Amino acid sequence: MEMSEAIVLAGSAIGAGLAMIAGIGPGIGEGYAVGKACEAIARQPEASGAVTRTMFVGCAVAESTGIYGLIIALLLIFLKPFT
Amino acid sequence: MALFAIPKVLQGPEELNVEGPKVIKTFEIFGLKINFTETVVLEWIVMAVILLGAFLLTRNLKVRKVSKRQAIAEMAVEAITNLVRDTMGKRWLWFTPYIATVFCFSIFGSLISLLGVRAVTSDFSVLLCWAAITFLLITVTKIRYGGVKGYLKGFVDPIPVMLPINILSEVSTPTAMALRHFGNIAGGSIIMGLIYYGLANLSRIIHLQVPVLTVGIPAFLSLYFDLFSDFMQAFIFIMLTMVFISNAGPADDETPQTN
Repeated sequence: MEMSEAIVLAGSAIGAGLAMIAGIGPGIGEGYAVGKACEAIARQPEASGAVTRTMFVGCAVAESTGIYGLIIALLLIFLKPFT
Repeated sequence: MALFAIPKVLQGPEELNVEGPKVIKTFEIFGLKINFTETVVLEWIVMAVILLGAFLLTRNLKVRKVSKRQAIAEMAVEAITNLVRDTMGKRWLWFTPYIATVFCFSIFGSLISLLGVRAVTSDFSVLLCWAAITFLLITVTKIRYGGVKGYLKGFVDPIPVMLPINILSEVSTPTAMALRHFGNIAGGSIIMGLIYYGLANLSRIIHLQVPVLTVGIPAFLSLYFDLFSDFMQAFIFIMLTMVFISNAGPADDETPQTN
């Protein structure tokens, strides 16, 4: 393996790891949303269906930035676009 | 030294490959390369399964003395109708068949990976196609209720400077939907592949001829990455489709029912 290729591969691997830092945001956001949903259900158990549905949609939207990070990481590791 | 040769299949994965779907044949139409992939074949299988299931569940429907089969069919139809009514409001009830179709297709397309083949939904073009249909429906709804002029006016809504941002948000809606579903399913399958590969290697290190460690342990993770995540993503996809489409039209004049 040439030196330049090795450097690119190492850089891709490090970049993939750095891209997954994006997982922090959705983690915090979804935890916050689910916590609030639990509070809401505890206060008003009869609305649990509507609260749960809304929470899932909110979680899905909050998740998208994390998924973008994941896709960048997957591209860097498996497709190796820079080699 | 093993007493007898162990077949290759039982020795567990030796290397981790992550590839796109296999291309079976490539056509060229008007200079465009069209790949006939594994996904297309699997999609037809999924469609046949759904069609067969729908056909079997809806034969000899009766008003009185319903059979068990009919009860199951009625329960499913009622559940999805209630979901659409609660989320979109009564006037959008005619959307139910489309929503139910996408839901079934997404679930069966993801669950087909349990049979050891590639999931249909881990191919990005499938999800992009569904998201494009949603985008089309949103646009048609906007034009239907606001007219072409109103639709174009929506892009310069508060002030004309917002034009690029509005276009970006319009385009990012289907892209984000497709990427979310794809990322979850494809990411889950890659993680499961890594787990199988790692456990097979681990049992090779401690000199087990058959990778015993891969029995049992991945099942619990598969419960999340294959079953739960598949149902969740299908549900989220149809929820977002419903929310976006019903937001494109004017608000329902009657208050939405909650169960």
